[in-house]
Amino acid sequence: MTGKTLFEKIWKRHIVTKRHGQTLLYIDRHLCHDGSFGAFNRLRQRGLGMRRPDQTFMTPDHYTPTHTASLDDLEDPRAREIAAAVEVNAKEFGVTAFPWGDRRQGIVHVVGPEQGITLPGLTMVCGDSHTSTHGALGCIAFGIGSSEVSHVLATQTLWQKTPKTMRITIDGKLGFGVTAKDVILAIIRKISAFGGTGHAIEYAGSAIRDLSMEGRLTICNMPIEAGSRFGMVAPDETTFSYIEGRPFAPKGEKWEEALTFWRTLPSDDDAAFDVEVLLGGDAIAPMVTWGNSPQDAVQVTERLPDPDSETDAERKAAMAAAYDYMDLKPGMAVTDIRPDRVFIGACTNSRIEDLRSAAAVAKGRKAVIPAMVVPGSGLVRAQAEAEGLDRIFTDAGFDWRLAGCSMCVGMNGDTLKPGERSASTSNRNFRGRQGPASRTHLVSPAMAAAAAVTGSFTDVRKLMEGS
Amino acid sequence: MEAFTIFKGAGVPIDIQNCDTDQIIPARFLRRDPADEGYDRYLFHDLRFAEDGSEIADFILNNPAYRGASVIIAEINWGCGSSRENAVYVLVANGIRSVVAPSFGDIHYNNCMKHGILPVRLHRSDCDTLRQQLHDTPGAQIALDLEAQTVTGPDGKSYDFEIDPFDKHGLLNGLDEIGMTLGHDADITDFERRHRDDFGWLEQ
Ligand code: SF4
Repeated sequence: MTGKTLFEKIWKRHIVTKRHGQTLLYIDRHLCHDGSFGAFNRLRQRGLGMRRPDQTFMTPDHYTPTHTASLDDLEDPRAREIAAAVEVNAKEFGVTAFPWGDRRQGIVHVVGPEQGITLPGLTMVCGDSHTSTHGALGCIAFGIGSSEVSHVLATQTLWQKTPKTMRITIDGKLGFGVTAKDVILAIIRKISAFGGTGHAIEYAGSAIRDLSMEGRLTICNMPIEAGSRFGMVAPDETTFSYIEGRPFAPKGEKWEEALTFWRTLPSDDDAAFDVEVLLGGDAIAPMVTWGNSPQDAVQVTERLPDPDSETDAERKAAMAAAYDYMDLKPGMAVTDIRPDRVFIGACTNSRIEDLRSAAAVAKGRKAVIPAMVVPGSGLVRAQAEAEGLDRIFTDAGFDWRLAGCSMCVGMNGDTLKPGERSASTSNRNFRGRQGPASRTHLVSPAMAAAAAVTGSFTDVRKLMEGS
Repeated sequence: MEAFTIFKGAGVPIDIQNCDTDQIIPARFLRRDPADEGYDRYLFHDLRFAEDGSEIADFILNNPAYRGASVIIAEINWGCGSSRENAVYVLVANGIRSVVAPSFGDIHYNNCMKHGILPVRLHRSDCDTLRQQLHDTPGAQIALDLEAQTVTGPDGKSYDFEIDPFDKHGLLNGLDEIGMTLGHDADITDFERRHRDDFGWLEQ
């Protein structure tokens, strides 16, 4: 008998029943955000209740302003209504919420792990495509649509096709100045924007084992940019010490019981994956995206690729269209690209380690273009302030904001102006993602800070050598 | 949900690779109610309309010959990116009943299913052929038969497609999934009892 993968071990324990080849999967914990308002409305319209309000958690993030602590400052009454709906729905349905003004409020994918809501061995969902982030702790977490959110609210289950499995192994050691963000961009470049479709990804190998929890959360944030809804890392001592003592994590005897179970979760040595991908950790360098798909990533030391070297006619046309939209030319050095603005934040890179890494570059330097730092949660913000990071940023001329999704998606009004170019630590460089006609380049927090203080994409390793 | 059995309608080719749901409906419209007047205009809004609201002439949906189209023939990785179901609401608002593509974003694929839109995965070269035919003959019709699992192009050539039996059953019957699952209430309760023994550490 062959062994089981981490994914299979968890999936199997959550099968309620099967029908026409699909599985009714039980969901342990459900995260909601301000954008989930439609799903609650649907429930209300149908006169349905919630099955497990005790295992549902909610916090506003997408519509949250980051420049003011008062909802009254929101211009659009509709946005005000949506932001306020979190508290209304939480009260009516009896859900735990970290609402407006609560220190624990923040981006749902930062708050879940931070509060100990995210735990190994669980099934978790959220009406957001970056829900895979939570898989960094060794659980099955995936993004769903709004109808599915209603379905989970009402039944605590979902009908699912069993995905195939893919293991991405990264051995070796990451070089100086190379971060988890560079790793995930290198992976997406390699397997493409759809290479993971229909698959659950497990990251393995020594370079992954060596990552901190923050780093693992970053690489598990972006599998959807490679088509996959799932990203996971096997739980280990790094995981357990991160979780221990967090508010919603098990305590005392229950903690011991959970630990015993969690230690059985890692994929067995003889477990088989449908697809195996290998990458050398040593070869990864700081990355920058140039186009409108996260797969359009290059190393900062490279020149932009030539569409003429593509044999696939449609891919060639897509590249030409991206060059046109981004106002760039093939063959240009990455370091000659000059962003207008820098955004450090989003569920990809707004945790304490991300802010520390950006602050290390900003320290003692001055931003030459506008730069904003948006912590992932009120608690990350408080910790950064306790460590004096806010001072480093503000002394360097960076704008220090309140927690939320902010310019990652611009729904709260934090947007680029048409035609503006950003260096952004978020996860999507789609056309118009950061505002109509905006141009986004995805980078790590350190690379974003380097762009802020030099005015162009700069190999951050050069800036770090002297410090 | 509207059932899907057989359908025939004008096709429109969308030649965008990795067409993400941010293109299908930009984020700033997600706060709008799908019942709002003019919701249909949000489909591909920023590709379709200039800043002053005028139509961008060379975007295909602005070509009068494709205006009543109800079937989209797309490129690889259609509907990737954000899980926003609004990307389906806005297709529905424009009378789209099916999207045929070589591959889909998994979440968008599932979202289509919830609103009676048939997502069809077809071989890439077949999608290329169909798109070319629609470029050559604007307004040409595409026929879909879910029971038989076929797509028929303007030239009468048919292509078989695969669909999960669960999804097929749901679409053919216009099933209300929540209603169906509530019918499994006893199974869920049983499961919860077992699960509580298994995952006792999870209870608050
Ligand atoms: S930070 Fe960006 S990607 Fe993350 S949940 Fe918010 S909008 Fe989505």
